[in-house]
Amino acid sequence: MYTYTEFDEGFVRNRVAQFRQQVQRRIDGNLTEDEFKPLRLMNGLYLQLHAYMLRVAIPYGTLNSRQMRQLAMIAERWDKGYGHFTTRQNIQYNWPKLADVPDMLDALADVGMHAIQTSGNTIRNVTADHFAGAAADEIADPRPIAELLRQWSTDHPEFQFLPRKFKIAVTGSPNDRAVTKAHDIGLRMVEQDGEPGFEVIVGGGLGRTPMIGKVIRDFLPKADLLPYVEAIVSVWNLLGRRDNKYKARIKITVHEHGIEEISRLVEQRFAEVRSAFSGIDQHVLSGIEAQFAPPAFRAVSALPATDLGGAYASWLDTNVAAHRRGDHTIVSISLKAHGETPGDASAHQMQIMADLAERYAYDELRISHEQNVILPHVPRDVLPEIYVALRNAGIATANIGLISDIIACPGMDYCALATARSIPIAQEIATRFDELKLEHEIGELKIKISGCINACGHHHVGHIGILGLDRAGVENYQITLGGDHTETAAIGERAGPGFSADEIVPAIERLVGAYLDVREGTDETFLNAYRRLGAAPFKAALYPEKEARDAA
Amino acid sequence: MSRQFTPKVVTGNRLLEGDAVWLTADDRWSTRIEDAELIEDEAHADLRLLHATSQGHVVVGAYLANALAGPNGPEPTHFREAFRTRGPSNYAHGKQVETVAPRT
Repeated sequence: MYTYTEFDEGFVRNRVAQFRQQVQRRIDGNLTEDEFKPLRLMNGLYLQLHAYMLRVAIPYGTLNSRQMRQLAMIAERWDKGYGHFTTRQNIQYNWPKLADVPDMLDALADVGMHAIQTSGNTIRNVTADHFAGAAADEIADPRPIAELLRQWSTDHPEFQFLPRKFKIAVTGSPNDRAVTKAHDIGLRMVEQDGEPGFEVIVGGGLGRTPMIGKVIRDFLPKADLLPYVEAIVSVWNLLGRRDNKYKARIKITVHEHGIEEISRLVEQRFAEVRSAFSGIDQHVLSGIEAQFAPPAFRAVSALPATDLGGAYASWLDTNVAAHRRGDHTIVSISLKAHGETPGDASAHQMQIMADLAERYAYDELRISHEQNVILPHVPRDVLPEIYVALRNAGIATANIGLISDIIACPGMDYCALATARSIPIAQEIATRFDELKLEHEIGELKIKISGCINACGHHHVGHIGILGLDRAGVENYQITLGGDHTETAAIGERAGPGFSADEIVPAIERLVGAYLDVREGTDETFLNAYRRLGAAPFKAALYPEKEARDAA
Repeated sequence: MSRQFTPKVVTGNRLLEGDAVWLTADDRWSTRIEDAELIEDEAHADLRLLHATSQGHVVVGAYLANALAGPNGPEPTHFREAFRTRGPSNYAHGKQVETVAPRT
């Protein structure tokens, strides 16, 4: 794992000291809110419905146990004893007091973390495959590149006042777990003649105008990555629509100018920029790569026999994935216990996860964009101990990838931008399908819920997407079908009129019932059934009255 | 024909705590909407909002929100404003559990 250099440490400390003074000047009345707001946003501090919210970056979703324990300490000391993990591998604290925030940032700096560029029109937290460095299907660990991008983008003088925010995701795997096609830039590691490089995808994004990213370069040599990314951001920085914030993201720029023209401009800019990169970036990168060397894996003989019963077997089946070493596994810890808030972990749970990582799993943790926590390197022989500890902490729910493993943004329970609540809908769906004891039978099904059109809950790429809206002063939920967040990314199609908060869970139940009726077998997932049959049987289940009317 | 003015309250978030507060008739900021001044006149609403905006050292982002008269004082008309009077629905946090005393 990457450890801060003296430079990183000095930079982050200096920023905290600056912000401490800015907060003091605001409290003393020497800064107006108009003056202060951009300063607090640069440091990840939002003002929401009930309180401030501090968004802390977890670069490429990687944490060690010390960092996780510090996140727990911050939650207990300055918040209400929990944190919310987000779809961009950040953690959000929902209740900080303004005067405490500099202390919270100092506590983060103590463990090499910060909240810089988690807001504002800058390059945001660089996200990565949460199985990075561990996945069986990986070409190479994408995190050194993500760390290089973090260092390059942090306080980059050219990119502090971009037309809009800018999000980059990286994966080292052909199976895309980082939603690269829905990012401003998505980087997918590929090999050409044995040489590692990247497929560069540009102009993806969700929000009010969802777009799947387009390939701007099939193969970019690794050594050209930074100048090429700089060229893309640089071209967009000039072309991007600053006149209209709804048209400012690069997806609109690519859409308006066409990928060919953007590609031409980027190549032109790249030719200028490339020579300025003397190789220092590659030197820095090799230093970073050395820090991401895999842990000293110990050889493990076999999975021990246990008397933990069916719940353990089910957890093994659902939450444990293949590691690149046969004697190790990847454990996904579900933060989606039925009826709980998706992505929330209490300070106690964070401490337990930190302890497990330190004691059994080479001191590494990851946060997934699906709002779960991952132990990426778990020797097979400690799975029973890990399961029991997780179960005792209420985080051993065997539902990864199933219908109750729902992504949900904070919605109108917290967010000032939201148009409806998301969390209670997620809680009700999970509770209902738990009652029905159907979720393992249903199999892989991704429900993603956003509480407004900005789509933090990734509803467009959910197999079933739910978008909460305000319809004439009442919460209303629109369903999209057939979205896909992986390498076969697709934007879901709107099914029809929305449902009230009371109607949405029964509607989802009808939808899933229809799937169970029409699928060709347990191997055919909801998404595959939708792709085979189209929307008709699902719409018929959602809108039986219309079906009856049309038949009459 | 001009649209009929719907009654309003002035609301915002406190600078230090960030929690929702409402402007009272005697120029205090209360954490209870019931204590708020229900404004029935558009010109008066503009004046009160102007007053609130000048309180930037106490309250951030003041705005006018629709409200109606209830038995105990003003009540929100929109669910967003109703949530602001209570707190989130997923935890017993915020105003719904805090002992709320009117304060300046």
